[in-house]
Amino acid sequence: MRVLSVVTMTAVCLAFAGLLGLAVWHIAGSPAPVNLPGLLAENLDASGVEHPITAVLLNFRSYDTLLEIGVLVIAGIAGISMAKTTSLEDPDLRTSDSLLYALQRWFVPLMLVLAGYLLWAGSDRPGGAFQAGAVLAASGVMMRLGGIPMDFLRPGVLLRLGLALGFTVFLLVAVASALAGEVFLAYPAGFAKPLILVIETVLTFSIAMVLLALFVSAPVNRAQEPEEGEHE
Amino acid sequence: MTIHLLYAFAGVALCGIGLFGFIRLDHLLRKLMAFNLMGSGVFLVLVGLAQRVGQPDPVPQALVLTGIVVAVAATALAVVLIRRYYHLSGQITLAEPGREPVKKPAADAHREGPTE
Repeated sequence: MRVLSVVTMTAVCLAFAGLLGLAVWHIAGSPAPVNLPGLLAENLDASGVEHPITAVLLNFRSYDTLLEIGVLVIAGIAGISMAKTTSLEDPDLRTSDSLLYALQRWFVPLMLVLAGYLLWAGSDRPGGAFQAGAVLAASGVMMRLGGIPMDFLRPGVLLRLGLALGFTVFLLVAVASALAGEVFLAYPAGFAKPLILVIETVLTFSIAMVLLALFVSAPVNRAQEPEEGEHE
Repeated sequence: MTIHLLYAFAGVALCGIGLFGFIRLDHLLRKLMAFNLMGSGVFLVLVGLAQRVGQPDPVPQALVLTGIVVAVAATALAVVLIRRYYHLSGQITLAEPGREPVKKPAADAHREGPTE
């Protein structure tokens, strides 16, 4: 019986992969209906940034990016609502690793500088808000593991502000351009670059905040302690 | 058959392996990892397939870039949920109600101590 189910599952997965492979082969054989890279290269000057990926993310398809930030914020809020707030100075959370502590003093400033560079580099070479946010969150995780208290991660005004900042500013720009008579999310001519820069900066903070909050919000209480819904 | 198509087919293979693990494995963390494997496969298919014209296409690359960050956040949320589920139920698998849980959690064993 068990062998039979494994065989069935293997067959199902092979069929799935085969079908997917067939589709990929079919798509690869047919010519692209639109020359997207060409179109992008023609319109790159109008986007306000020089790097095509950043132009796609924050100008041509900024609606997607706006919704993705929304998804991130919702994930962060859901994660925080799962957590019991424990003391950030809980000695269990600290690793008294002197090597980590020594490394941290070198790495944290370097990583902060790197995040800033990535954010700035996004305008004309690979980089941007998402990479910078990830690096910022990683340095935050390292500080957290090393036991550096970060009070702004407690549920409170600062945490809410940090989580919502990116999405709010993005949405405000979108609505403002719509009210001014343009299309929703169309930047007014001449203001594209500064607006994109502002949005990227607040996005970096919000992305880092969401990822860090999700890391911190994993419940740290021990299984022995009774919780609500558990019978003692 | 170009090198980019090879990436796409590697993505297809990852999707298949991930699907198998997602159905087959019991432990929730392993399920989550298998699901992430499927996601990585989708990213590979997107990026690999889009390069078949010879030059990289920035549109799928931008989609995958944001997709990776969203996937990381979703994975973190799933880990938070799994830990919460473990704290509440003491189980690491999705056992059907009425059946014995597959495995007793280690924390319980510690608390009870060896049976006398």
